[in-house]
Amino acid sequence: MEFPFQWTLLWTDRMIYLLLVLVVGFGFYVSRKEHLLAPWRQIRRRPFAMSALVLLLFYLSIGLMDSVHFRKQLPMTDTSKALQYDPEVLSLLDVLLEGLKNNVEKTYSAPLATHAFNKQMLEGPDGTKQRIYPRLKYGGAHLVNPETDRWPDLLSRVGERAVFGIGIIVLFYIWVMLVLSQKHQIPPKEMTRKMIRGETETAWRAILLTAGLVFIVVGIAGPLSTKYHLFGTDKVGQDVLYLALKGVRTGLVIGTLTTLVMLPFAIFLGISAGYFRGKIDDAIQYLYTTLSSIPGVLLIAAAVLILQVYMDKNADAFASITERADIRLLFLCLILGVTSWIGLCRMLRGETLKLREMEYVQAAKALGVGNQRIMTHYILPNVMHLVLIAVVLDFSGLVLAEAILSYVGVGVDPAMISWGNMINSARLELAREPVVWWSLTAAFIFMFVLVLAANVFSDAVRDAFDPRLRGR
Amino acid sequence: MSQSLLSIQGLKTWFSTEGGIVRAVDGVSFDIQRGETFALVGESGSGKSMTALSIMKLVPQPAGRIESGQILLEGEDLCGLPEVAMRGLRGNRMSMIFQEPMTSLNPVISIGEQIRETLEYHLKLDAKMARARAVDLLDLVGIPDPNRRYDEYPHQISGGMKQRVMIAIALSGEPDLLIADEPTTALDVTIQAQILDLLRRLQKDKGMAILLITHDLGVVSEMADHVAVMYAGEIVEMAERQAFFENPRHPYSQKLLSSLPGNKQRGEALEIIRGTVPALNQVFLGCRFSNRCDNAWERCEKEVPQWHSLETGGVRCHLVDAPEMAREAEKLQENISKTGDVGVSGMDHEKSTLLQVSNLKVHFPVQKGLFKRVVGHVKAVDGVSLKIDPGKTVALVGESGCGKTTVGKAILQLIPQTEGAVVLENTDLSTLSREALRQRRSDFQIIFQDPYSSLNPRMLVGDILKEGVKALKVEQAQDDDTWMDELLDQVGLTPDAKDRYPHEFSGGQRQRICIARVLAVQPKVIICDEPTSALDVSVQAQVLNLLKQLQSTYRLAYLFITHDLSVVDYFADEVAVMYLGRIVEYGSVESVLGNPKHPYTQALLSAVPQVDPKKKRMIIRVEGDLPSPINPPKGCYFHPRCPKSMPVCREEYPDLSVLSPSHETSCFLYSGE
Repeated sequence: MEFPFQWTLLWTDRMIYLLLVLVVGFGFYVSRKEHLLAPWRQIRRRPFAMSALVLLLFYLSIGLMDSVHFRKQLPMTDTSKALQYDPEVLSLLDVLLEGLKNNVEKTYSAPLATHAFNKQMLEGPDGTKQRIYPRLKYGGAHLVNPETDRWPDLLSRVGERAVFGIGIIVLFYIWVMLVLSQKHQIPPKEMTRKMIRGETETAWRAILLTAGLVFIVVGIAGPLSTKYHLFGTDKVGQDVLYLALKGVRTGLVIGTLTTLVMLPFAIFLGISAGYFRGKIDDAIQYLYTTLSSIPGVLLIAAAVLILQVYMDKNADAFASITERADIRLLFLCLILGVTSWIGLCRMLRGETLKLREMEYVQAAKALGVGNQRIMTHYILPNVMHLVLIAVVLDFSGLVLAEAILSYVGVGVDPAMISWGNMINSARLELAREPVVWWSLTAAFIFMFVLVLAANVFSDAVRDAFDPRLRGR
Repeated sequence: MSQSLLSIQGLKTWFSTEGGIVRAVDGVSFDIQRGETFALVGESGSGKSMTALSIMKLVPQPAGRIESGQILLEGEDLCGLPEVAMRGLRGNRMSMIFQEPMTSLNPVISIGEQIRETLEYHLKLDAKMARARAVDLLDLVGIPDPNRRYDEYPHQISGGMKQRVMIAIALSGEPDLLIADEPTTALDVTIQAQILDLLRRLQKDKGMAILLITHDLGVVSEMADHVAVMYAGEIVEMAERQAFFENPRHPYSQKLLSSLPGNKQRGEALEIIRGTVPALNQVFLGCRFSNRCDNAWERCEKEVPQWHSLETGGVRCHLVDAPEMAREAEKLQENISKTGDVGVSGMDHEKSTLLQVSNLKVHFPVQKGLFKRVVGHVKAVDGVSLKIDPGKTVALVGESGCGKTTVGKAILQLIPQTEGAVVLENTDLSTLSREALRQRRSDFQIIFQDPYSSLNPRMLVGDILKEGVKALKVEQAQDDDTWMDELLDQVGLTPDAKDRYPHEFSGGQRQRICIARVLAVQPKVIICDEPTSALDVSVQAQVLNLLKQLQSTYRLAYLFITHDLSVVDYFADEVAVMYLGRIVEYGSVESVLGNPKHPYTQALLSAVPQVDPKKKRMIIRVEGDLPSPINPPKGCYFHPRCPKSMPVCREEYPDLSVLSPSHETSCFLYSGE
């Protein structure tokens, strides 16, 4: 049997799947160890952290949907009998947002607008030429009298959806409550009271409120975005909301894959330096002090330019633009990883220097336990909390770094949709009168919510894992 | 009756934690008169430090709060005072010194400035007068050359000096009450004797009252006028010193006194208090001590004992109004102590030395400059010789910094030795290759001081036990894991312990796990590096009993490294006294402790506070601190502090003088013999 599409596995996709497997494996491992689970329980109780987690999961699901790529089969032509596939690589998210993706206007239009942003010379039905704001092809196209009908139409759509959404949410809340009351053997009435007052072990109130909010926003925005351009359109008429949603994956990839690249360096070198000391320590310290004295941006710019030259010379090696952009993204992750392991490495070295003198390490040596086992079983588990804290804290910094690097021009491929590229292209339009503000705003809102959620969550993680703050 | 200086009525200090409310101090009442020393004794976690912090109103916020009660300082209730008013009182009317002098001083301000600061604040002196006064204070607390020391920083002075500076700061406001929270616990015995001396002298001169908080009954017996024993947040007994030591009324006090190791108990098991202090986050229905008390009967479980006032204090126990129960309990107690007896006598003596250490030296290079040039050596261990027979215990005694722990680690080959030989059953360990050494490792093992840092917190107890067995491929009697159950049973733990993590155990239990870990590889020699000094007295007795019993079962040889001479007296067969990397006196316990020859040993022994209040001892004052091992004094290392030093002592290091087959010392006083 043949599918009408071909599954395409991009390099970053593979890395994301690998990371997902690692995270799930780690989660499974943790769930079986009581002492590792305890800090996570503490996080579960914090309402803000749980709200942040819900938002992060929402972003993650968008990112994951955008990481399943395939190419459509082209209709058979008579000239060649072989199967042919569309050179454009699509993702699951593209299919889901097909309406958004294909509702392309001519050029700029403001959010929720029905008319274009610029005047255009148009020929009227009577043959006269006029310079007017033309009607948009898709935005508000169903309205007969846009000037009078737009707001009532918007309000009725939003209101209808909101009422409908709230209804579903309440039903969902009741279902969750019933499930929980079953699980904890608490009568439903008592459970409801506890949940409303926020007295449950897990911060269910915060989780449900955030999830409800996300659901209603998606529920309203989803259908509405096929009728209007919620965040307007950009220079070439693409829907900005679509761009912002596609930017999620780029941000997540940079934030997570970079740590995947960085961790082996930081952990291996940091622990080796601290544990063996002497010459090995000197060599590793020399390496990272040298590396940290080169400005990171220059290193990244140089590496990206080298790659660019290589790709230009070997243009045939890449089947599609998407693949090309993807390699560049992966390379950016690599080079960011190579420049950002120093901080964690230094911290791990210091901690290892302390741990190697701990009596349980001495005792292990006295018992004849080998160096390798001491490093993996005695030191690594005891510095894992530092690694975790560093990873979560670095995430938001890396998302922002992508935006900055793309803005400077050494970030992701210009063809790749990312928040940095959105900001970069919006830069020039900020000088316009009236100003084109929506591209920047959309990128800002999406980035802000992600970074804020990541920061709030990482704060909770740090508090939970910091031994000084931990109540015995 | 004149008004007490400090009167505490029904003080309750509670903490809100995740596990509920912890009643750290739960209804404590006592009075302190002017000029007296009131000692608050108890094990860790009994709430004694929290009582002191409550008096100063320094209870950690926001978790802790003073729930109820009165703290009357000359009739004025401190509980109602705002923080601003308290600040005026602290340091002025009452002040406090803490346990850890190393961390109590600000490292970036000179010590003189730190004293002057308090003086300017409390006495409103101008800068010049304050400086003069600060120099006076430094002089008062016995710091030599106070004018020069004024400008020195905390890292330039020793621990004993720091504690003196802390006392000077505490005294700067001329307080009526000095709260001393374990003031000498972190110090060596000779320094402890100096500090206690100083406190006594200052008290006499200034007529100041001291609230002394300690767990060391020896210190109490030397210092206190009144004694109060705290247990689980309550005072269980209060008495005058003499009455307390002669006739303790509460079963807990009795046990506490009898669990102290010493010469008298040699060859028999120590009295132990079974179990541990109960968690304080519960409401007690009966006596808090009932689960550990040999006297407990039905009533103790059901009824909270009331405070019974006696002539010089009081006691909180049902035995007071039901003395007939005590007699029955006494019989019971006899039975217990008989069954708990451990036979160490009647062991066959095989005359083959198990471990022989000869002329062991460990020098650490001191490096300086860009190219790490070696500019000198820290002679941590400088020629130590020892020998241990199977089934015997050799104690290595000395103050902190004398190199005794380094000796232990060098014997285990954890630190490379510079010179000398460590011969275990005819093999010199220092000549073995890494792999050959690894295979021998099961024969010699170590137990560490701190049970909290000597177990990997990320490993199950069962895995910890298996670790050495796997690494060394030790054959166990059974193939499955039943050997672990037997081992755990032997050290007094239940088999389910192997599926738990170390943090679920108390300090004493963890030390048992450490012992089990070592036993799993079936060693012949165990180096015990202060195995009991981090534990409470009652738990210390449990661990010592266990070690003793294991020794007789397996004919283990112990090298017992400690600073606690009473433990040595109880436990060891031979003792080596170490000073600055060298052994100054070596011999059987009877001869060295009973008839010390070297002036340092004599001083060390005399400085140990005695529990027996009748035995008045002459303290041989040792001035100053341990010199630096980078640059030891010329001649005999001890001569700058020695009360009997002679001209020859400054010139060369004395040779070993053999006083008897079981007693030798390095001192010129005996070089003619």
